[in-house]
Amino acid sequence: MSTVAPGELAAPAERLRARLSTRFPDPEVAQADLPTIIARPEAWPGLAAFLRDDPEMRFDLFLDLAGVDNLRRPGRPSRFEAVFHLLSTSRNEHVRVRIPLEEGRPGLASVASVWPAANWFEREAYDLFGFDFPGHPNLKRLLCHNGFVGHALRKDYPAGQRWMCTEDDLMVPEFARRESEDADHFETVVVNLGPSHPATHGTLRIVARLDGEQIVEAESEIGYLHRCFEKMSETHTWNQVIPYTDRLNYCSSFINNVAYCKTVERMLGIEVPERGAIVRTVLSEFSRIMDHCVCIGANLVDTGALTNFWYLFQCREEIYSLIEACCGARLTVSYARVGGLSRDVPGDFVARCRRLLDSIPPLLDDVDKLVKKNRIIWERFHGIGVVTREQAIAWGFTGPCLRASGVGYDVRQARPYDFYDRFDFDVPVHRDGDNFARYLVRMAEMRQSLSIIRQALEILPASGPVDCPDWHVVLPPKQNVYHDMESLIYHFKWVMEGIPVPAGERYEWFEGGNGELGFYAVSTGAGRPYRLKVRPPCFPLMAAFEKIIIGSKISDAVATLGTLNIIAGELDR
Amino acid sequence: MPAAPPSRPYDAMPSGGSDFFTTRLENLVAWGRKNSLWPLPFGTACCAIEFMSSVSSHYDLARFGAEVVRFSPRQADLLIVAGTVVDKLAPVLRRIYDQMPEPKWVISMGVCASSGGFYRAYHVVQGIDEVVPVDVYVPGCPPTPEELMFGIIELQKKIQSGQLSRDTRSARFAASLPSLPTP
Repeated sequence: MSTVAPGELAAPAERLRARLSTRFPDPEVAQADLPTIIARPEAWPGLAAFLRDDPEMRFDLFLDLAGVDNLRRPGRPSRFEAVFHLLSTSRNEHVRVRIPLEEGRPGLASVASVWPAANWFEREAYDLFGFDFPGHPNLKRLLCHNGFVGHALRKDYPAGQRWMCTEDDLMVPEFARRESEDADHFETVVVNLGPSHPATHGTLRIVARLDGEQIVEAESEIGYLHRCFEKMSETHTWNQVIPYTDRLNYCSSFINNVAYCKTVERMLGIEVPERGAIVRTVLSEFSRIMDHCVCIGANLVDTGALTNFWYLFQCREEIYSLIEACCGARLTVSYARVGGLSRDVPGDFVARCRRLLDSIPPLLDDVDKLVKKNRIIWERFHGIGVVTREQAIAWGFTGPCLRASGVGYDVRQARPYDFYDRFDFDVPVHRDGDNFARYLVRMAEMRQSLSIIRQALEILPASGPVDCPDWHVVLPPKQNVYHDMESLIYHFKWVMEGIPVPAGERYEWFEGGNGELGFYAVSTGAGRPYRLKVRPPCFPLMAAFEKIIIGSKISDAVATLGTLNIIAGELDR
Repeated sequence: MPAAPPSRPYDAMPSGGSDFFTTRLENLVAWGRKNSLWPLPFGTACCAIEFMSSVSSHYDLARFGAEVVRFSPRQADLLIVAGTVVDKLAPVLRRIYDQMPEPKWVISMGVCASSGGFYRAYHVVQGIDEVVPVDVYVPGCPPTPEELMFGIIELQKKIQSGQLSRDTRSARFAASLPSLPTP
């Protein structure tokens, strides 16, 4: 289930090569964890259009663009690489495209016109690696401030080198500088929302031009919480990265822990014992419920419904108590480890979970009763913030927002991991794509999560190890460390050098709280990641936000932002 | 001037008959200020979620008189910086601090706000006292609501003691920064 034998993947890669060779002479397709196309930068625009449009390809969803600096990576001739990950929603298949880039001025044509989702990813690569994207509509820094000098994720950039930012360095959109009157309208007003605004729930900034109450132009600005996750992960050992992953989507930290650990486990080719895997599933689903609770609760506060917030936070508090009993932390749990969990669950784990399964549904029912037929919510959610199916795919949506637009893509069913293939659960899908659809999908998902937890508790072994017994990867028991030379050595190596992850690259994807959470990891065989790129699910959502709100009222933009569930920690990393 | 009596307005109220008590004006004002803090949550990251927990029903910050959460700096007197502040956000934080009317206090919630935490990185402010003066540092990553409440109680003690001046070291440091624009 976890490691994929090379033979299994030979077929898609062969098919890919055969199909590509109808159009491109002698395409280079490699076998790896994913079928990997290696292309030259000149070929990229044609290849991109082919990958999207060809009836046998149909890679319609742009997942991720990761830059890699090969300065200290043995065996790579080119200095840089641009690594694209694409998904075909109709064929449920992933592909990787790797484009080697030369030092000097590394550049490749922008594909923002092929996949609109690529727009921000390219800006990010420009910001952090200095890649040039000719043809990009708005190529400027995204995460770092404008006073920043250099490109932070290049290997020769020191991790702690800061640059001072003043108010002059903050973004002012092009349209805000233009004359504010035109012949047809009265004066229009430029309104700034954020980065410290109660309705943004985090540090996002939206600048909008209003005609009356209607938004005619908008531009959003992020990076106000760019905490350098990727640079930090390169300076820490594989296990030390786990606390950093907590702080990506801090509303559902445990899902991030598990996703990261599973990525590393698959690179190592190890398997977590059944008990550990099921505990992970149970707590991941509880984390998903917490994530949706914050999203819905905070969203409803913005629309004036405060009571639901208390109900949903009560639900969170009860889950917090369970998680606190397991690992001692409430929010940023750091509970998973590569190879298992940091410790076993408490003896009353199952009883506690069952109590929660009884106490959460009434809270959800209360919220539903207050919201579903509420006139205010009806007016502010129905038909507001509509994202069609085509738009959602083009903008790179995943998770509840994609499912609310009518695409039933859920990683837990598209590619089951752990024991998801043994559980009977539905993937809620809605066709409307508006705020109310996103609310309904999230509420339905919470109930499905409860059902998954119920089934998982049925098959949870009463006892047994939660860690894989490979002492290269997992810390040996502390008692042995004091009394047994062998264990002491393993312990020393684990702490001082980190776990030996075999050289290679891997992209693994999981269902996070708000979409496909992907980790692209590159290892050179050392104890720390060479490069770790997160595919943050809410990054494309935020990128699309400025387009969704055009034509809507400013107050509706606030409601729409809430239903998208943007978590700044994950957005900016 | 004779030594001031200890400031205990409640106890100063006699138990029978009389309808007045004596105290110093500044004690009375400080007593009022400490029990009606209006916090502005400058929530950026994970700590903001714990701040939400602190104000919601289970922990109920209202018990300490600090539940009137204001998102306008003009209406707040306590700035709770909850979460990591990055370089891009530093001028924003300073502007919000400057917009708050006096008297004002700052709580730095969590290690990221206090010292940068484990983000010793190219885009993270290594402690908000680079930008604004801080009265109370609350450690934790994130601090539990109990810890935040402890921080607020400590701040209340500070306010009651009449100690209006803020941490002089960080205040000096903030004043020495060259190019922070004041609106």
